Amino acid sequence: MGVDQSKIRNFCIIAHIDHGKSTLADRIIEMTGLLTSREMQDQVLDNMDIERERGITIKAQTVRTVYRSRSGEEYIFNLIDTPGHVDFNYEVSRSLAACEGALLIVDATQGIEAQTLANVYMAIDHNLEIIPVINKIDLPSADPQRVIAEIEDVIGIEAHDAPQISAKLGINIEEVLEQIIAKIPHPKGDPDAPLQALIFDSLYDSYKGVITFCRIMEGTVRKGTQIKLMSTGVVSEVVEIGTFGPGRFIPCDELSAGMVGYIIAGLKNVKDTRVGDTITDAKRPCAHPLPGYKKVLPMVYCGMYPADGAKYPDLRDALEKLQLNDAALQFEPETSAALGFGFRCGFLGLLHLEVVQERLEREFNLDLVTTAPSVIYRIHKTDGQVIELTNPTNMPDPSEIEYMEEPFVSAEIMVTTEYVGPIMTLCQERRGVYLGMEYMEERRAILRYELPLNEIIYDFFDALKSRSRGYASLDYEFKGYVMSNLVKLDILINREEVDALSFIVHADGAYERGRKMCEKLKEEIPRHLFEIPIQAAIGSKIIARETVKALRKDVLAKCYGGDITRKKKLLEKQKEGKKRMRQIGNVEIPQKAFMSVLKLDDQ
Amino acid sequence: MKNKGMNNANNNQRTWKKDLRLYVHVPFCVKKCDYCDFLSGPSDEEGIESYFEALYKEVGSYEGRTGDYKVSTVFIGGGTPSCVRSEYIARLLEELKRVFEFSSGDGSLEPEITIEANPGTVDKDKLADYRKAGINRLSFGLQSTHDRELRLLGRIHTYREFVENYRLARELGFGNINIDLMSALPGQELSSWEETLGRVTELGPEHISAYSLIIEEGTPFYERYGPEGKQKDELISEDLDRLIYKRTREILEKYGYIRYEISNYARPGYECRHNMAYWEGALYLGFGLGAASFIENTRFRNTDSLEEYIKAINYNDRSHKNIMSTNKPEHKNEGLLHDAYGIRRDIIQLSKKDLIEEFMFLGLRMTRGVDRLEFKKRFGVSMDEIYGNILNRLEKENLVITCGGKVRLTDYGIDVSNRILSEFLLDKC
Repeated sequence: MGVDQSKIRNFCIIAHIDHGKSTLADRIIEMTGLLTSREMQDQVLDNMDIERERGITIKAQTVRTVYRSRSGEEYIFNLIDTPGHVDFNYEVSRSLAACEGALLIVDATQGIEAQTLANVYMAIDHNLEIIPVINKIDLPSADPQRVIAEIEDVIGIEAHDAPQISAKLGINIEEVLEQIIAKIPHPKGDPDAPLQALIFDSLYDSYKGVITFCRIMEGTVRKGTQIKLMSTGVVSEVVEIGTFGPGRFIPCDELSAGMVGYIIAGLKNVKDTRVGDTITDAKRPCAHPLPGYKKVLPMVYCGMYPADGAKYPDLRDALEKLQLNDAALQFEPETSAALGFGFRCGFLGLLHLEVVQERLEREFNLDLVTTAPSVIYRIHKTDGQVIELTNPTNMPDPSEIEYMEEPFVSAEIMVTTEYVGPIMTLCQERRGVYLGMEYMEERRAILRYELPLNEIIYDFFDALKSRSRGYASLDYEFKGYVMSNLVKLDILINREEVDALSFIVHADGAYERGRKMCEKLKEEIPRHLFEIPIQAAIGSKIIARETVKALRKDVLAKCYGGDITRKKKLLEKQKEGKKRMRQIGNVEIPQKAFMSVLKLDDQ
Repeated sequence: MKNKGMNNANNNQRTWKKDLRLYVHVPFCVKKCDYCDFLSGPSDEEGIESYFEALYKEVGSYEGRTGDYKVSTVFIGGGTPSCVRSEYIARLLEELKRVFEFSSGDGSLEPEITIEANPGTVDKDKLADYRKAGINRLSFGLQSTHDRELRLLGRIHTYREFVENYRLARELGFGNINIDLMSALPGQELSSWEETLGRVTELGPEHISAYSLIIEEGTPFYERYGPEGKQKDELISEDLDRLIYKRTREILEKYGYIRYEISNYARPGYECRHNMAYWEGALYLGFGLGAASFIENTRFRNTDSLEEYIKAINYNDRSHKNIMSTNKPEHKNEGLLHDAYGIRRDIIQLSKKDLIEEFMFLGLRMTRGVDRLEFKKRFGVSMDEIYGNILNRLEKENLVITCGGKVRLTDYGIDVSNRILSEFLLDKC
């Protein structure tokens, strides 16, 4: 028999990076008693190394715990963790759709951030009950009253009775748990209706195949049920279902309306189980899929090449393995004259790109060369054809192009008032279109801009942080394609075009960018036995040039006292350095040169 | 018959002794120069004495294990070996001669015994003592004939003092003298260097070492002229550095000095045999702090902690004496490879690949180059089998030249020799 729906609470936590989401999750799990303090690993929810290091959640983690309330009754809490970054907005929205309520954690010393605000609005759109929680009240600079006023003012929700807690020290956590019971509605739904389950995440396990995380909205699923994935049409038999114990899966007999759990149905590819899709009973399907599903598409592309050409098959295997768990990651083989065999990879955004890159390097021990990230440009050719360009190298000849379009986003930047000036300058430099500014309170404002995505994906975050001393936060969403005067900028090293360094840029910024790239490359390319010109060109027109002077002297005058070992080490170092170079014509280019040109902001 | 054969073999062993070179490090100086990164520093008399006591013990520990070798060169380097009292040096040579057999001089060359001496640290008595102790080669660290440049380098002497020392040495009969010079000093102009060369050739030493200054990490010069240094702009340009190098050779050759190694010039017959050993892959044994050795295809160096060196020798010496008497035959088998005091570090047994690489990158430092036949004889494969492709390419780029069965660096090749020598390191063999 099913669980009493009135004793279930499904909720998630919304918080800005560093505001204490994972710590609070830890405390909740601790307080609900399924894990003893000794078993607690710090921050049990974020289980990827990178997540732990960066303090962000990339893959949603979910946990089911049992809480005995002050009234003595036992409640089932399903805490659905949400990714914390703009790149994963869609995943956030699906996680929210699986809940009835959300805890909004705000740092008592910081106040609301742009990212948080965006997610709160999204939660409100999903009709979630929002419980504000003021965290870090133990810090001397905590100002809970200001933050409460800000929440009421900016978001427009009641916050006077918001629990004031310290997740770190475990202060007032019980108050949060009681409010969850009192304020968040229990799930509804008919256990006997046709099955309708929302996929909010999935995971690939090498033994069990795809493990689908879902929220049962209507009906009941059991072992042996023939399920159907409504968007892909895939049909499969359920081999195991269960719930999420902290850090492990607990199999059970059935999942019914209102519950959160996992389904294993012998699927081998996470692409079959897309986040947001609806699972139904193949024999007794529901009438409509759940609303809101969309296929996530990569927004940012870049080339990834193994530093050691022989590792190409290893890179392919590694990407395939990552893709098993990351349906948004796309890749296809490509070849570069400069870098050899590699892959053009598609990502949700720059953070997603960086996370994948780091995982490839760390978990798979690969040394990578990454080309400049590019967005998808839409090229309208004179013959009426429209192509979507993900690799600048493939840009057609300008004579064949009628016009080009580039993706724009609408961006909200939250910033303390003293940095409004520098941030506006930054947005202007990045071709931003100013839409307006609102004051959230005396000291903080939201700037609204429309920005070309390709201006954001290079080093916008870094520039934003450095020009606001870390105080600015950014949220953006894709808005649409806009016609734009774009040109392809090529880099020639020793008069040879280096395909991996070509990129597309707005005509107005081409000169500046070309000049900076040449300067940067001059720093990175070691001197050779001959002079090396570095040029930036649009078509056949050279717009910038630098020269790496020929090496005149590299000799160890003294080799003394018979210490040959030291001498050999010196030569080995030299040879080792050479190994990490890419040969372009007769010029050796260090791999980091390809990456260094991505960071050109000189403020 | 059988017995006779055995005897012959023994006789052969006795007559065919391996050529061995000895290096002794004296890590003391009056004051460390501003550019110097060698193991050296000032010390009080007590420190010097305890060091030499340890040094003699180290030499002594080889007693009974040196039968297969004959010593042809000794080099006492530093630091400034001439800054300590000459008794230490005399006793050192006595010890060496007691423990090692030196080549006699009849039928073969007389052993070359060099000591490094800095102007301002020697006098007539000291030099006479050196002569008496058997030292026949002096290497003077002059660096420059301009007092302004000497001050810049942090040297303690003037040019005048050097000239006095030099004349004294000649008067006392030293017939083989080297003068160390240093070019590419911050702010140096070609004319000042040419003046230095002019004055030195006038004095007419047998050997001249002309190094260009290297800014080494951890020195006061690095603070001033290193990548972060405020005065790095005063360093001379690479073009001037190379011009100086070119002029050095021209001037010195005019006066009869032949460049035989990247930085070394000598009158014919006066090449430093000890230094050549390093480039030729000959055997050498080092004594004292940080001294490097190459014996039985094995490279190692002594610890470079002065405290550790002295402690290890004094501590182990007590137990050592007992062990020595019972274990002697065993150590004898080990020959020079036995580390009596546990002071050796970085012990590396060279593979064939290592030996091949060293043959090339050390041999190419000598202007006569590396010999193809010698290569084949040593390693059983031809040089082209291993390095054919590389040599072809380097030859095409005018970096090496092949002639008369030898391969050597071109003048331009010397300028960028690190680049070239690193090409001779092999991935695998």
